[in-house]
Amino acid sequence: MSRTSQTDVRLDGTRDLRPDREAITRPGGPRARGERLMVPKADFRSYYGRPVLQPTPWSDHDIAGYLFLGGLAGASSTLAAAADLMGRPHLARAAKAGAACALGGSLYCLIHDLGRPARFLNMLRVFKVTSPMSMGTWILSAYGPPAGLAALTAVTCRFPRAGRAATVTAGLIGPAVATYTAALISDTAVPVWHDAYREMPFVFAGSAAASAGGLGILAAPVTEAGPARSLALIGALTEYTAVRRMERRLGMVARPLKKGRGGVLMRLGKALTLTGAVAAQTVARRDRTAAVAAGAALLAGALCTRFGIFHAGLQSSRDPRYTVQPQRARLEKAEGEGSRS
Amino acid sequence: MAFDLDLALAAPYDPASASGYREHPERMGFFTDTSVCIGCKACEVACKEWNAIPDHPLGFTGMSYDNTGGLGASTWRHVAFIEQPGRTAGADGAEFRWLMASDVCKHCTHAACLDVCPTGSLFRTEFGTVVVQEDICNGCGYCVPACPYGVIARREEDGRVWKCTMCYDRLGVGQEPACAKSCPTDSIQFGELTELRTRAERRLEQLHEAGVGSAQLYGHDPGDGVGGTGAFFLLLDEPEVYGLPPDPVVTTRDLPAMWRQVALAATALLAAVAVTALGARS
Ligand code: SF4
Repeated sequence: MSRTSQTDVRLDGTRDLRPDREAITRPGGPRARGERLMVPKADFRSYYGRPVLQPTPWSDHDIAGYLFLGGLAGASSTLAAAADLMGRPHLARAAKAGAACALGGSLYCLIHDLGRPARFLNMLRVFKVTSPMSMGTWILSAYGPPAGLAALTAVTCRFPRAGRAATVTAGLIGPAVATYTAALISDTAVPVWHDAYREMPFVFAGSAAASAGGLGILAAPVTEAGPARSLALIGALTEYTAVRRMERRLGMVARPLKKGRGGVLMRLGKALTLTGAVAAQTVARRDRTAAVAAGAALLAGALCTRFGIFHAGLQSSRDPRYTVQPQRARLEKAEGEGSRS
Repeated sequence: MAFDLDLALAAPYDPASASGYREHPERMGFFTDTSVCIGCKACEVACKEWNAIPDHPLGFTGMSYDNTGGLGASTWRHVAFIEQPGRTAGADGAEFRWLMASDVCKHCTHAACLDVCPTGSLFRTEFGTVVVQEDICNGCGYCVPACPYGVIARREEDGRVWKCTMCYDRLGVGQEPACAKSCPTDSIQFGELTELRTRAERRLEQLHEAGVGSAQLYGHDPGDGVGGTGAFFLLLDEPEVYGLPPDPVVTTRDLPAMWRQVALAATALLAAVAVTALGARS
């Protein structure tokens, strides 16, 4: 091989001969002694360990808070409609009022998180199915008025017929409000959020059901709260199963759901939700105080789960490993298949 | 455009036509040949000057000659520096490789930022590039985590997102973008994308013949996960070494599947409530 006139490159020309020192750093810093390696040692390269992705500019209070409140509002409206039709006025009223408050909180969070809050109406300029945020805006626009009206008529006890119509409408749109947020976060390049797109809507549906059940248990008399207790149980089990499947399928990308801040929140969420659901089925069937505690645990559990997923996502975009390694693996697999055929 | 969920990569896919332009100029792009970059940062400076981009905090990063750090709301060109002392060398053992590369928005064929923008602030120009309309952006920040390259970002003191426009104002009057104009070695080449792609193929061949086996094109392939990029590169090492994702995929490719899952989950939620109601009645 000629050795003349190469200015910028090594002469060997092979890709597998790596120079000694490269721009790699170990993200996360040196390991403490005795700490066990959960994954094989970092076998990837990066630009000084810097993230490939930009940090998501959303605050956890606003956006994780909204994920929780939107789920609570949507599922509560559906529960309210069912309670209405079954003649459980106290449960229905509690769920409607809860949904309206959660909706108010949601709108506050969404507008507050904008870089230019005064321009929030610009969201109504377009209707784009490729943007879950645009679709969410329209879903909320359709959901807000009936949900508000349902609560208003329930609290003031006036216009029962309009109230019934509004309740049913809100109840039918509610599940969309509670689950579209999964597409909202999955439709990004954030590894944990995107890769989990199959299970995420079920995690959110389960978590929303558990929180709406929790609110019903907390606010309605025990004699009326039966459907809320069942809903909480179904929700808790769905969430638990969906999270497990998600973690299994994601492999190394699921790590931020188990470690660090996201992991702590996810574990806390799981413990609170399952405890709340079990308590709701047992002690909370008779005792009002126990019911309040069980309901509160369910609500807190759902809140922790949403914050956990939010923070796990942020962590997965901060560490280039979660962007580079799966993509590298994909390329190598494709290359392997290519050379075999 | 907005309703184009079908990203079937029917070649040749022309983003400007797909966005509804009946008559439009050729798709324009950047070919950044990093093998001739000398790291002078003229592109960074020219970009700042022309686009009147505010200062960003300068500091000492310890990353070779790179004190810019990366692309962001106030850095639309970023020159990466990678020091690679070689392992084998001539008799003196002094072989050393210093990689430099000027990074920029890729102006993707299938641009996630544009797909997810809920206000229509991000749009496709007649040149096939992707530009933010600052008078419309409300700073929702959705495009930021959507970009698979970590390009677009929110300027916190301003509240809106910013990124390279491929000097849309200059293109409109037949001028080349400021960075390409200022590049003294023609590492940044601007032109019609089809022509740039041919030129890049030639350059790659040339380098391979000269024994530079590590040279590779990045973003030139219309069959990749983003449908090829309007700004593509010739690199001398793997993309991740430069801070680029090795195999980016536009996130909206999976959006139909996402909506399907959402519909399933929403129906399940409705059914669950109905079941609890019926169960309570009996
Ligand atoms: S590189 Fe990022 S910001 Fe640029 S067009 Fe592609 S998705 Fe949008």
